[in-house]
Amino acid sequence: MAFIVPAELEAELNELVTHYPQKRSASLMFLHAIQEHFGFISKEAAEWIASKLDLQPIHVWELVTFYPMFRQHPPGRHQLKICRTLSCALGGAYALHEHFCRKFGLDPKAHGIQTTKDGSFSVEFVECLAGCGTAPVMMCNDEFHENVSLSKADELISKCQ
Amino acid sequence: MSTPTTAELKPAPPPVETIRIKVDGRELDVPKTMPDWQGKPQPTTMLQACAMAGLEVPHYCYHPKLPIAGNCRMCLIEFGTPMMGPDRKPVLNEDGSPKIARSVLPYEPDAARGAIACATPISPGMELYPSSAATKQMREAVLESLLINHPLDCPICDQAGECKLQEYSVEHGQATSRFVETKVHKPKQVDLGPRIMLDDERCVLCTRCIRFTRDVAGDDALGIVNRGSYNSIAAYPGRQFDNNYSLNTVDLCPVGALTSKDFRFQMRVWFLKETKSLCATCGTGCNITAGAREEKLLRFEPRQNDAVNGPWMCDHGRLNYKWVQREDRLSTVISTRTGSGTWTGVLAEVAEVLRNAPKGSVAMVLSARQTNEELYLLNKLAVLCGAITDSIAREGQGDALLVSPDKNPNSNGVRLTGVAYTEMGIQIPKIAAGIRNGQIKTLVVFGEDVTRHGLEGDVLSRLDHLIVSDVLPNETTQRAHFLLPGCAHIEKRGTFVNVKGRLQKFMKAVEPKGDARPEWEFLGELLQLLGRPENFKSLEGLFNQMAKDTPAFAGLEWSRIGDLGVNVKL
Ligand code: SF4
Ligand code: SF4
Ligand code: FES
Ligand code: FES
Repeated sequence: MAFIVPAELEAELNELVTHYPQKRSASLMFLHAIQEHFGFISKEAAEWIASKLDLQPIHVWELVTFYPMFRQHPPGRHQLKICRTLSCALGGAYALHEHFCRKFGLDPKAHGIQTTKDGSFSVEFVECLAGCGTAPVMMCNDEFHENVSLSKADELISKCQ
Repeated sequence: MSTPTTAELKPAPPPVETIRIKVDGRELDVPKTMPDWQGKPQPTTMLQACAMAGLEVPHYCYHPKLPIAGNCRMCLIEFGTPMMGPDRKPVLNEDGSPKIARSVLPYEPDAARGAIACATPISPGMELYPSSAATKQMREAVLESLLINHPLDCPICDQAGECKLQEYSVEHGQATSRFVETKVHKPKQVDLGPRIMLDDERCVLCTRCIRFTRDVAGDDALGIVNRGSYNSIAAYPGRQFDNNYSLNTVDLCPVGALTSKDFRFQMRVWFLKETKSLCATCGTGCNITAGAREEKLLRFEPRQNDAVNGPWMCDHGRLNYKWVQREDRLSTVISTRTGSGTWTGVLAEVAEVLRNAPKGSVAMVLSARQTNEELYLLNKLAVLCGAITDSIAREGQGDALLVSPDKNPNSNGVRLTGVAYTEMGIQIPKIAAGIRNGQIKTLVVFGEDVTRHGLEGDVLSRLDHLIVSDVLPNETTQRAHFLLPGCAHIEKRGTFVNVKGRLQKFMKAVEPKGDARPEWEFLGELLQLLGRPENFKSLEGLFNQMAKDTPAFAGLEWSRIGDLGVNVKL
């Protein structure tokens, strides 16, 4: 599948480069924008960014593999992000994560993001979402949810479908 | 006119500005600036100052010919600077000497705060303590953290014997590991490129390889992927690390992470016999160390010569040694006329042919792969027989770093010894015509397959006498009436003059096969048989005699040419 960046997005990114003293400094912003649009960073995307910023693809790949927030594969249609930093960990984040995993037939012990076979859901741990007082918290796509009990979790899933 | 322009004859550089410091309590004046990796003057670093005091500061990421990265922390040392009073005047001890403030941690004033010696410039009055207890402790700590995830299986690691991690651990580390947790596993046997294998578990992430390929080779191909203890050196997935300088990263890698596919697990390095030689693959003449074991060549490594190749060489030249020991190497001296198979017999026959050859009936094609000494003797032979001489140019691709478009190692030797004065090869058509019209009846060929350079088989078949010396078989050697097996340069001693006019000598790394002998030896015997006894007894003597007779080499003596060669006037 050819990697095609829509003209508007490309124009936006071209403009973005001008904000930085060196083209390379725009790498992270490019990655965010591409991931937002395509949902993940494919190799083709990394190569496209590299050529836009006069870099070798390895230097874009260094960033993609360094930051866990950049995904190398398409996520599920609905993305469940469970906070696991201290307050949430104490408040039941692991049980919540395990609950989702069991429901979707995923491995609760596996490292990193996991996506269901049908591509409908992906589940992953993230770091502090700044809702520590109402732990455990999570995000479903771009929506923020607090005090997520297991029953609230089930409700969330059913709303997604 | 013909005085050699050697480095020694250059005017002395102007006096350098110095800074007075102390290293381990010893006072020392060190230059204020020293050349950086590109030779530009930069403030002298602690590491350079310690080296001047005769103390090596252990280091991984620092390399004198690479930009400084300062990432490994191995070079941490304790130091102090003169104390300043509120009046910005130095505070003095009772004896009038300046009081030194040892650098300490701000939150722990009893603990020394080290500085990385590779990247910290010295300043007047500074005191360096590379041997202090605090420095030792810093080294132990750095090594301990480097070894946390290291496999510690030196007995099966190919780097053993030339591994900086092993050496420093013995010298500066602790005897036992305190790490009881599970080690992180990283990719092993990564096929980084056609010539390089990577073991990420052994890597200490010094980034020498990254900096070399980016800043020296100009191929920004490597990077570090993943995070934290999973950090790994990598090329972009699907991309090969395959530039023509890639093997230099194997030399640079201080540990066993990068290995040469050609050499890995071939031989424990301490069994290698090392010989100073040159690469003869192009006209640059990179200096090399040849490693051999029991007369088998096993590897070439660059030998630093800043006037020629710095510490580098190209991959092509480095791996171009296997042909020397090919099975079909020419190893028998033979005369097809009489079937004689001894040097005395064949040389006597050759002498007979040359002695009886009328003037103008002999031509010689002499390769620019022969040494100066051989070309000198061959030229004498040519003068004796009134022969016309020429050589063969060998043009190819060059690059901006080392590789020369001239693929002969000694084109300048050919010119300076008088074998070919102008453009090489312009006499070849004349020789061909001479053979065709029957004027030239004897052809002497050294080191070239002339059938590929304008003297095809049908031309050669018209000759009365074809006298050939070479190393590998080819159509010319097959047609020879007299075959004199010679040596690859790695099997003999001699000198070449590189494309820039540097005369360099090389030593013998391995024995030639069978009857093969250094050409200069049997050429001396041949001249003797022709009534021109040569009074050299050894290669040294021959070189010195050549230097006397050859204007460009005037004043040179074998014993006074160092390992790095001298410049001659072209
Ligand atoms: S592979 Fe070798 S040279 Fe490269 S970073 Fe690792 S230890 Fe350093
Ligand atoms: S640049 Fe030329 S002399 Fe140097 S290693 Fe390569 S082929 Fe040999
Ligand atoms: S710890 Fe979960 S939101 Fe801060
Ligand atoms: S040698 Fe690596 S930090 Fe100095």
